[in-house]
Amino acid sequence: MMRPTPLGRLRDTAVPWLLPVAILLGWQAAVSTGLVSNRFMPAPLDVVRAGWEAARTGELWTNLWVSTLRALSGFAVGGGIGFALGLANGLSRLSERLTDTSVQMVRNVPHLSLIPLVILWFGIDEGAKLFLVALGVFFPIYANTLHGIRSVDPQLIEMGRVYGMNRRELFWRVVLPGALPSIFVGLRYGLGIMWLTLIVAETISANSGLGYMAMQAREFMLVDVVVLAILIYALLGKVADSLTRLLERTCLAWNPAYRNG
Amino acid sequence: MTASTAPSFETATDTARAASRPATGRALSVTLRRLTKAFDGGAPVIRGLDLHIPAGQFVAVVGRSGCGKSTVLRLILGLEEPTSGLVSLNGSDTRASKRIMFQEPRLRPRARVVDNVAVGLGREGSRAERRARARAALEEVGLTAKADDWPATLSGGQRQRVALARALVSRPALLALDEPLGALDALTRIDMQAMIERIRIEQGFTAILVTHDVGEAVALADRILVIEDGAVALDVDVDAPRPRRRGDPDLAALEGRILDQLLARA
Repeated sequence: MMRPTPLGRLRDTAVPWLLPVAILLGWQAAVSTGLVSNRFMPAPLDVVRAGWEAARTGELWTNLWVSTLRALSGFAVGGGIGFALGLANGLSRLSERLTDTSVQMVRNVPHLSLIPLVILWFGIDEGAKLFLVALGVFFPIYANTLHGIRSVDPQLIEMGRVYGMNRRELFWRVVLPGALPSIFVGLRYGLGIMWLTLIVAETISANSGLGYMAMQAREFMLVDVVVLAILIYALLGKVADSLTRLLERTCLAWNPAYRNG
Repeated sequence: MTASTAPSFETATDTARAASRPATGRALSVTLRRLTKAFDGGAPVIRGLDLHIPAGQFVAVVGRSGCGKSTVLRLILGLEEPTSGLVSLNGSDTRASKRIMFQEPRLRPRARVVDNVAVGLGREGSRAERRARARAALEEVGLTAKADDWPATLSGGQRQRVALARALVSRPALLALDEPLGALDALTRIDMQAMIERIRIEQGFTAILVTHDVGEAVALADRILVIEDGAVALDVDVDAPRPRRRGDPDLAALEGRILDQLLARA
């Protein structure tokens, strides 16, 4: 292990950003020298300018807020149901026999293929986006929660029984902690699908939000705003992923694989 | 069984014996009558086993793998239901008074060492009291310094010592050891044997050790049972004084006799 000197730490933080910065510089150079027409690809500085403009008028914040709210509420609904059903099916054979086959069948339908149907049902209202995001997020959370509970070490469960734990203690002290790493995998997958679904839904049918902002900009050939929206998606994905990692590290401090990870 | 011993050990062993046969009768005695166990309608693993283990005795059960020795232990502990026959424990028979130590440490990875040991106390007393007692048990096994570490950071031998502390923290009257040292290296195993022997003498519980290591059985036990085909094939008392010296000719001869018995049926 390297000793964490301030310089060393700076280097550790800087290394992952070298490549993105180099790409940005190359991109700026390519557009500034006319190598790439700025009708198709705006220069990074133009994107920054567009971002500044959108932020100043408040348009960016409104859209960002609307999108985030949709994403999170869809995630809460779909993830909540997926987690609950995953727990139920992991703990109860009856519940699994009753629902698992149906879930597996529905799982094989790409949820975005439901967009036409969803528009018919919900119009382009909030309900449509919430439904799609919830549906998309449900499966990874469900499958990983179920898998996590199934893969808890049976020897550890026997130990808990021998030492007199009742069902509740067994769940809180052995089963749930054992399933947690897998549940976190589901969480990260779910967050990815959350953004993906929302962006597609907003691009196709919305009158606010980031996807809508990008589609509007396309109609007016504001290519810098389109690129801005795409970059914001990338950033949001990264933020969601970092938050999960942070949560993972706090919750899984006992696991050597997650320390310093 | 408490036959004559070498004079130099007399005082020490007498004190030890006094401690290991508590007059209060806190240790459990175990009686098995016509005990039979078959799994899922198959051939019986245990066939009509009759056995009495007096309170405070250290019994080693040896046998080839698949002979049913672990099943005997699990039946005594109540982890399996007998197909027929009877298991009776006489003494303070509560859950906390009989403990088992497995071949694997089976520690909760998400709980610190001290909390893993406290599992052995269940819901007894307050959390702080449980932790204090868990720390005391860790002191017994020489792991006080690791109390606040995660199990993942310990070595195999240390984890097994945590499991031992967890088994002992409730001061059991019967300790079942299911090949607890099988996965450890030779030197760690000798250290742990000495530790188990010392603690047993201090606490005076009845101990049943299932092992495939005849040397270990000879080093630790008051009595050795060889199990073959689900029945007792050999039942010998070991009267050698404690602490036993490895390589002692009498013990080596006994070890040879038991190995012969085991290998005769190869």
